[in-house]
Amino acid sequence: MFIGAIGCEPLQLARVHLENSRSLEVYRRHGGYEALSKALTSMSPDDVINEVKKSALRGRGGAGFPTGMKWGFVPKDSPKPKYVVCNADESEPGTFKDRYLMERDPHMLIEGMLIAAFALGAKINYIYTRGEYKYLIDIMDRALEEARAAGLLGRNILDSNFSSEIYTHTGAGAYICGEETALLSSLEGMRGHPRMKPPFPAVSGLYACPTVVNNVETLTAVPDIIRMGGAAYQKLGTEKSGGTKLWSVSGHVNRPGVYELPMGYDDMEKFIMEDCGGIRDAKKLKAVIPGGSSVYIMRAEDIIGRDVRMDYEGIVTGGSMVGSGGFIVMDETVDIFESTKNLTEFYKHESCGWCTPCREGTDWLVKVFKRIEKGEGRPEDAQLMLDLCDNIEGKSFCPLGDAAAWPIQSAIKRFPEDFRKHLLAKDAEQKQPATV
Amino acid sequence: MSQQLLQIQPLSQPVDIGDEIASFSPEIEAEIEWHLAKYPVMRSAILPLMFVVQRERGYLDSPGVAYLAKRLGLRITDIWEVATFYSMIHTEPIGRYHIQICKTLSCKIMGEPRITEHVCDKLGIKPGQTTADGQFTVSLVECLGSCGTAPMLQVGFDYYENLTTEKVDQILASLPE
Repeated sequence: MFIGAIGCEPLQLARVHLENSRSLEVYRRHGGYEALSKALTSMSPDDVINEVKKSALRGRGGAGFPTGMKWGFVPKDSPKPKYVVCNADESEPGTFKDRYLMERDPHMLIEGMLIAAFALGAKINYIYTRGEYKYLIDIMDRALEEARAAGLLGRNILDSNFSSEIYTHTGAGAYICGEETALLSSLEGMRGHPRMKPPFPAVSGLYACPTVVNNVETLTAVPDIIRMGGAAYQKLGTEKSGGTKLWSVSGHVNRPGVYELPMGYDDMEKFIMEDCGGIRDAKKLKAVIPGGSSVYIMRAEDIIGRDVRMDYEGIVTGGSMVGSGGFIVMDETVDIFESTKNLTEFYKHESCGWCTPCREGTDWLVKVFKRIEKGEGRPEDAQLMLDLCDNIEGKSFCPLGDAAAWPIQSAIKRFPEDFRKHLLAKDAEQKQPATV
Repeated sequence: MSQQLLQIQPLSQPVDIGDEIASFSPEIEAEIEWHLAKYPVMRSAILPLMFVVQRERGYLDSPGVAYLAKRLGLRITDIWEVATFYSMIHTEPIGRYHIQICKTLSCKIMGEPRITEHVCDKLGIKPGQTTADGQFTVSLVECLGSCGTAPMLQVGFDYYENLTTEKVDQILASLPE
């Protein structure tokens, strides 16, 4: 699998190919912890937040919210303890970038978290990692131990008067815990149910204290921002989407992998057809899901010859979203009815059950898919599925509901033929009226 | 929710947590202490401790639940409530080797059905079942974050990626009896 940068110097992936890249010694030899030192010795917490604001860094977990602004929401005068929580619950189908960042360069995450902790005044911080990534928790624990022993973590970091601790925490197999408020519920030892916003975690998060929850890729961008300055980092990307971004690429390409591209990379066709080696077995491109399974599916004709720029605005113009940056590339052999059924089963399994539209809606949708698959489809089923989606989208407690609806809505709209052939397949033989 | 958490009072009267309570060696108790020391609120350690209990006892059984309730100062129902939410917490016995095959889209289109069929044929069971000797459980699971190296499966916590049927044979043969 390919791991590397295209169209820019690698930033986040700068050290991934070095021998012993996860050791403190290699990290420090390649500029590691210099940004933390710079922040502690020559910057105030507000200076750090301002640099992150200038960098135009947007949250890499999926929502794309400006990171500096998120940090700015933490009340400075609150007497309560503050927390930085790293969201390493990477569970969005098609996304596997955070895994390699932690596996190959764990100290980059520690440094990013400590800079965030310094900016926000957090004394205790957690890395919430999905339970299946047990080996990454072990890697992070070893790296944290190394940092502690070197005076980079714990009391009086780098002999300054700043003290802060980082601990690892494990999830246990629940996609919903990637949603930040569900993650906090889980970290408090509860079922992973999302919470009402507002209050936002910045005001009332972990243990009802001000908390910033950031994705691994977001936090690992912070050391480079402090090192080179926010303005220089922003210039690597576009005005509204600063820096570089990691894209996980899977499916029917010749060269799947984790690609670091400058924000605003031009364009998606070149990326898939050249950088990722094109479609394997000389097949034709049929569909691409560009931002993890939750975003709108794109047709080949939405990409080929359309100059889809790869940043937050560009992909929206192209008809989808950046999301988590997980590209799932499908060739002409894939039946989009089947692929959409697969994803709907995922959302049904992962719906936490807290709110009715998502819990019942995803279950009902799966039943409809299964009925159609059995050959009992009806022409009006496409409309039934769209109606069900309409009753989930925007009406569920957290974005998982939207995430379940969007792939279906876009698939029915953009690949009507794939649905029609299932709905009409055994129309003539149909005897029983449908019950779901 | 979090406001409520901070206001949890000690139980007004002792609660019967059953006759049998699990106990652990001093080494395991030390590991449990290490987890508890990370959090200002004990309840936060519930998932890490569940993994310890199920590793030591094979699954999270009633004595294990009673132990956690006692250790964390919670009700039995609090423990079950959390245990039943998370797919990696097993409240029923499970095979010594838990084979989890990813069935989500990227793995699906890259050959998961062939891998699943092969594993199930070799072990003579269907997904969701355990072999009669209690050695293997096969589960079809949702995305495990190996999409670029699909198809994949996990045995316990170990990742096996870029699978072929030959590779599956080697993996199964490599597991100690």
